[in-house]
Amino acid sequence: MKKFTLLSSSIAILLLASAPLAFPDSAPHPASHRVHAASAAAVAPAVLASMPRYRFENFTTENGLPDNHVYSVLVDGDRIWAGTDNGLGLYENGKWKAYTTADGLAHRAVLSLALDKRTGDVWAATLGGLSRISGGRIDTYTQLNSGLSNDVVYGVSVTGEQVWVATAAGGCMLNLRTGEWSLFNERNTPMIEIWVYGVSATPAKVYYAVWGSGILEYDQKTHAWDKYEDPDGETEMVLFKDQGLIHEITTSVSYVDNVLWAATYFGDSRYDGRYWHNFLTKDSGLPSNFTNVVKGVDANRAWFGTDKGLAYYDGKNWAVYRPSLKDGKPEMLVRDAEGHVARVPVTTAPSHNYILNIDFQGNDIWVATEHGLSHGIFQHDK
Amino acid sequence: MSAIVQLRQRAWLPLSVCLVAATFFAVLRSGDDARAATPAGRSGEVLTYASPVEMVFSPDGARLYVLCQGSDEVRVLDANTFTLIQRISVGHIPRGFSLSPDGARLFVANSWDDMVSVIDTRSLSVVATWPVGAEPSNVVEDRSGKYLFVANRISNDVAVLNAQTGEELKRLAAGRGASYITPSPDGARLYVSHVYPNSTPHRTPPESEITVIDAARATVVDRIPLHDIAHGFHIAFSRDGRLGVLAELHPKNLVPLAHLEHGGAFVDTLMLFGPAVGSRPVEIPLDELERYAARPFGVAIAPDESRLFVSSGGSEMVTVIDLPRLLRYVRLHPKSFAEDLSAGANYVVARVAVGNDPRGVTFDPSGRRALVANRLSDTISVIDPRTSRVARTVHLESPKQLSVLRHGEQTFYTARYSFQGQIGCANCHIDSTFDGLQWDLEPDGFGRDIVDNRPIEAVKDTEPYKWNGGNPNLPTECGPRTEKYFWRSENYDDLTLTDLVTYIRSLPARPNRWRLPGGELTPAQERGKAIFERSVDKFGKPIPEGNRCNFCHSGPKGTGQKSFDVGTKKPTDNSGLLDTPQLTNIAITAPYLHDGSAQSLEEIWTIYNPEDKHGRTNDLTKDELNDLIEYLRTR
Repeated sequence: MKKFTLLSSSIAILLLASAPLAFPDSAPHPASHRVHAASAAAVAPAVLASMPRYRFENFTTENGLPDNHVYSVLVDGDRIWAGTDNGLGLYENGKWKAYTTADGLAHRAVLSLALDKRTGDVWAATLGGLSRISGGRIDTYTQLNSGLSNDVVYGVSVTGEQVWVATAAGGCMLNLRTGEWSLFNERNTPMIEIWVYGVSATPAKVYYAVWGSGILEYDQKTHAWDKYEDPDGETEMVLFKDQGLIHEITTSVSYVDNVLWAATYFGDSRYDGRYWHNFLTKDSGLPSNFTNVVKGVDANRAWFGTDKGLAYYDGKNWAVYRPSLKDGKPEMLVRDAEGHVARVPVTTAPSHNYILNIDFQGNDIWVATEHGLSHGIFQHDK
Repeated sequence: MSAIVQLRQRAWLPLSVCLVAATFFAVLRSGDDARAATPAGRSGEVLTYASPVEMVFSPDGARLYVLCQGSDEVRVLDANTFTLIQRISVGHIPRGFSLSPDGARLFVANSWDDMVSVIDTRSLSVVATWPVGAEPSNVVEDRSGKYLFVANRISNDVAVLNAQTGEELKRLAAGRGASYITPSPDGARLYVSHVYPNSTPHRTPPESEITVIDAARATVVDRIPLHDIAHGFHIAFSRDGRLGVLAELHPKNLVPLAHLEHGGAFVDTLMLFGPAVGSRPVEIPLDELERYAARPFGVAIAPDESRLFVSSGGSEMVTVIDLPRLLRYVRLHPKSFAEDLSAGANYVVARVAVGNDPRGVTFDPSGRRALVANRLSDTISVIDPRTSRVARTVHLESPKQLSVLRHGEQTFYTARYSFQGQIGCANCHIDSTFDGLQWDLEPDGFGRDIVDNRPIEAVKDTEPYKWNGGNPNLPTECGPRTEKYFWRSENYDDLTLTDLVTYIRSLPARPNRWRLPGGELTPAQERGKAIFERSVDKFGKPIPEGNRCNFCHSGPKGTGQKSFDVGTKKPTDNSGLLDTPQLTNIAITAPYLHDGSAQSLEEIWTIYNPEDKHGRTNDLTKDELNDLIEYLRTR
């Protein structure tokens, strides 16, 4: 089994770092030689028209956001929760309210958020434990006062009465009915490394993105664990394209409509239970292989948050939204299935290229970035 | 592992107090035939009394439904003549009930069965029994008939059921010991109170809440904070919903309890909330100097909103408040004035003596009668609101003979034995359990020897008592100790003390909710049991006998009844030698250790056992510690 201890430590820091390190902004887009102005593009008008367009409104501390470093965002109806480096923000009725450790939050840095859709409770994964925000009351679970496996909590996902948690010491699950904590680590799962960065829980399957250990799958019905690894082994070379997970260094996972979407720092993957399909900058519209987050819309569509912008994949074509890597001006690029790229004139973009989290509000999108929170307002009139 | 010695919560607060002042207080009041001092001819039989706790009128006012906790039934009475129409058996120890908005169904929360009984009010029969959470205590259907909300005391939540099928849809996090649900007059929101305080840092004032639920969405939308409040009971609303009133207990547990004459141990208060009193709740006292309203429980507002009635279980009376005067006074004094014993003179217009341990209060639809259910007298007091006098006492069918156990229970729940009738055993042992608080009991200086209160279920044969093991038996614990340190009053007579002790020794353990049906253990519990019983640590090294869990916590109740020093002595403690607490239902009695410093079972070992004195645990992984705790929850 592969060991990535040193590498994982380095990249863990990258995940939380305040600026993208692996791919400097000056690097050209891999497909830039094929970029055309929209009017002259070889991209079919129907493809251009099919790509969603947004007007981005950006929030920073200047308009009330608790902190500019936004790790996570969660849409709860008309309410928007933002997990920042300095507290949990709630945007409601046009105003921001901040929850801090003084209110009982486990830690100021909120890395991940999950909504219990049945109860309306919000779960916050922080660098100091797990917090539940319920009707304004905050209950905090730590490795000292509860069965939580570790206080460094990277991810949280809720399904039914189960709260699934990704921590720096394995995964765990809190059964809200019984109060029992179940811990998952190298002793009772195929997990090799115990740095678990992401989790996606559904009534049927639960997926953990495990640093250096690929993807771990839990079957809720059979209670059996399975594991998906990179068939190419430790190398960053891709010898067996589409024959398995693109890389072991997984950062995010999203399970939607029986399809698994996985993000790594070396490309991304889609798995439908039988076939794998991988995405790299060299053969897709992905703006960077360094991907912090993936969020599936359905079995065919997904959003990717990279260090070089926000990307949308509709099953064939790609769109990238970002401040230009060259001049910082708002940019939207569309890449069709044949690899033709066109630039669409836009006047707004997400507040930063380094994308950390994504959530949907109807047709709108909310994007957590290294510098600010962005609200992409869907434009019906293109 | 010698483990868990400090789980024990040995406060035994007002247990011993109940006897001394009986005669003293009884003579202060009139019209109270059921509260005479020790009766003659008590029976040693175990008798089944009706024990009415709640009442509700049918929508047309023709019937009165009475929830009888002792006989596990709902009695249906003619609301005018109080003649019995029907007796309907329900589950064990029903605690709360309510009618559906259309009056067609009566829902009963059976606290020890974890079931809701559904009664058809036409056939007057149980037509369904639905499983719910742990210790259901109250149940309310929403106006649309879509949801049924059930407050679960032990699981600290509100279960949301499909009101037609009984299928549980979800649970909403409520306050600790969620027990009573009151809909707003328009039915849009539900207000939930809880009988145990929420978790707070050690030696800080208690905090509670009113959990506010959006009935249509079945989600928690707000939590009204109740600072300094440890125990909340019934809520009532004005017709327009602009005023809510909660009956509650405000303990003074951060200062020594030793001197009731220097300010008392509790303030018996109401919390007013809603637009009628502004944006912040206002806490008002029911107590007046030498006239205490111990353990307020039921509350009802007259239909014409002229009067507010509050029952006080310990004082065995109903306080009648002039509501308009109260609101005028609150507007002039918008901040809480809970400890001003002169304030009540501005709004209390009468104190009406009723039966033993009065609970639910309700007005008939006309507003001409206020009814009070006297749990330990098996009576209903009918009060004329115009005169604030008992117009009639309805005796429910129940044994006439007063048993030893019944008299002991009456002694436990009354406040008449304490100085000025301020407190009783049940002040700290809520419904004969515990209170989740830490107390400064002994007159040995401020902040010394802080002790956590502990439950008294299945306490028989676990002597000695107190955390320091200083009381060899219950008669000592409940007699001289309580009389001296708590009641500050005269002694119980011997027979009353015997009855009180007999009652306490009779208290059974509540059903354990973590054990599987049939008693088998889950895999995690099995692994935890092996750790509890191990004699060798993970490195193969033998664990000294005194450092094994099952050495100190031996026997069926988890105590070897001996004292040990498990390394938890604080600078403010006089001794580190502590009696081994029993483990009965340990899962629900947080906080832990002798002074309540461990907020959870985990903290006993993750924080307070650095040298392995409280059992050999520092070789355990987090998974293994979780397994041990899963096993302990089954005890």
